[in-house]
Amino acid sequence: MRLELDTVTKVYRMGAVDVPALRGVTLRIAMGEFVAVMGPSGSGKSTCMNILGLLDRPTTGRCLFDGADVAALSDRERAHLRNQRLGFVFQSFNLLPRTPAIENVELPMVYAGRFERARAQAMLERVGLGGRAHHLPTQLSGGEQQRVAIARALVMEPSVILADEPTGNLDTATSAEIMGLLAGLNNEGITIVLVTHEPDVAAHAKRIVRFRDGRIERDERNLTRPAPAEVR
Amino acid sequence: MPLWAGARIALRALTANPLRSILTGLGVIIGVAAVVTTISIGAGARESTRQQIAALGTNLLTVIPGRGRSAGGIFTIGIGGTQSLTAEDGEAIADSIPGVEAVAGEFNRQAQVVAGSQNTMTNISGVTSNFPEVRDWEPAEGAFFTEEDLRSRARVAVIGRTVKETLFGDEDAIGQEIRINRTTFQVMGVMARKGSTGFNDRDDVIFVPLTSAQKRLFGVKFVRALYVKVRSPDQMDTVLHLVEDLLLGRHRIANGRDPDFLIRNQADIVEAFQGVNRTITVLLAVIAGVSLIVGGIGIMNIMLVSVTERTREIGIRKAVGATRRDILVQFLVEAVSLSVTGGLLGVAVGIGVTRAVTALAGWATLITPSAVALAFGFAAAVGILFGLYPAQRAGRLDPIEALRSE
Repeated sequence: MRLELDTVTKVYRMGAVDVPALRGVTLRIAMGEFVAVMGPSGSGKSTCMNILGLLDRPTTGRCLFDGADVAALSDRERAHLRNQRLGFVFQSFNLLPRTPAIENVELPMVYAGRFERARAQAMLERVGLGGRAHHLPTQLSGGEQQRVAIARALVMEPSVILADEPTGNLDTATSAEIMGLLAGLNNEGITIVLVTHEPDVAAHAKRIVRFRDGRIERDERNLTRPAPAEVR
Repeated sequence: MPLWAGARIALRALTANPLRSILTGLGVIIGVAAVVTTISIGAGARESTRQQIAALGTNLLTVIPGRGRSAGGIFTIGIGGTQSLTAEDGEAIADSIPGVEAVAGEFNRQAQVVAGSQNTMTNISGVTSNFPEVRDWEPAEGAFFTEEDLRSRARVAVIGRTVKETLFGDEDAIGQEIRINRTTFQVMGVMARKGSTGFNDRDDVIFVPLTSAQKRLFGVKFVRALYVKVRSPDQMDTVLHLVEDLLLGRHRIANGRDPDFLIRNQADIVEAFQGVNRTITVLLAVIAGVSLIVGGIGIMNIMLVSVTERTREIGIRKAVGATRRDILVQFLVEAVSLSVTGGLLGVAVGIGVTRAVTALAGWATLITPSAVALAFGFAAAVGILFGLYPAQRAGRLDPIEALRSE
């Protein structure tokens, strides 16, 4: 799936003051790309992510999925797209509390009307947590929780994974494991869009987009990437 | 998302915090229990009044002496003041009015009764020999006195159950002698148990021939009541008017003057009692219903707290593909589960309390399916009504803000 932002602006109202978060962002992400979005906090990178993830709507400009404007879609259709085509990985994992790992992984399937426990189990095995299916989030380490979140993002076979600082709460070794996992998924053809401000995390991406003050400052291929087999 | 999936999520949320769920449901439990209990007690009271009054005979007109305000009044005060009503009036009614099956006369007064070493103050009721037939009340032992006894002013008595137990205990009363106002009577029968109406114990009575009571005991010529048994209930109105006309003529009361007697229709009394009872039941049920609504507000309160607490969860669900409707359904099912479970428990508690009231206070109660259905349905409706607003609020949450919340 091709994602496009066309001169997107986003203005938040804080009381009586308008705070611009995006000031005209045009970005095109092709299928199978691995993009790292970098920039200081407040530069608009997370807002950009939320708009791409259909969690937020642009104030002006267009957001296109495979060339089709998503502004026209209803709440129901946007929810359906999030469910079927997108997978989210968050900095704070965002697993349902008091809910076993396997049921967290099943969650997107519940909203798709599918009930395939075996599939959820297979996803957990894929992220190396096959033996932890019935552990609660509180019984798992940060890295393990993030793997559960990745398994949840993968269960509906999305085209795009949007990861908002997925290693922000993890130590270096665990971060490397998670990035390895994401890089592997990208090798299988899944588009990855990753927000981070850690250069060594961004180093895994094939393309780095830098934000500053609500605009794209630089957009370049990542030449320092420890070149694995080039995909597409 | 199918409904059962929503139900499963809701159930998990409710069981995650059982104490809170129980306390939240308590309002509904109490409300439903109160509704079921009040309606059951009301229905029981209505049913027992109906039975008691049916036991008095529904096709019965009662003529009593006195200048009341009107013949239609039921709770008329100052009756029995005049002495104009006689047994002969009764005979005239029985002889000349078609549709009348029988007329029984009664004169009663309190008197001291002695039997051996026992004595009691009781109601001495002089009646005609057709009294059992007219009032549908037969002796259980022995026999009632006959027309012959009535003519001869016989000193025979048929005693009520309470009197029998007071004077004779477990002994056989038939053939025993009792003294009423120093006149000796022989017991020839014991009436079947009739039970009590409120404070009035209808078994605390001694029946003697009307003539014996009038001449031998109290020295009067009038009666306190004439009981007119009508052949069929639909003749009641006709007979009532004929009796009225006949008595006005016999008592020489000019047109437009107040009569010196009152005619009461048993059916009117039933109606009046039922009406009062129904009003009280409705009033109490409404009060109970208000507590159900308060219970509903409790549910709404906790659901709003729950939505706030679980804002992040809602954000997560939306991010992975839950629609506004999915979230709404989840929280609505949760509220309805609370109220429906509360309703079921409330019905159980209500039935329990109702049984306890019957067992401890001895009140007649009647648990009707319609009362249970009403209370339960109301509880479910309260859940939907008060769950809708918090659920809508949950559904409308902005996913970004929801995900950012702590």
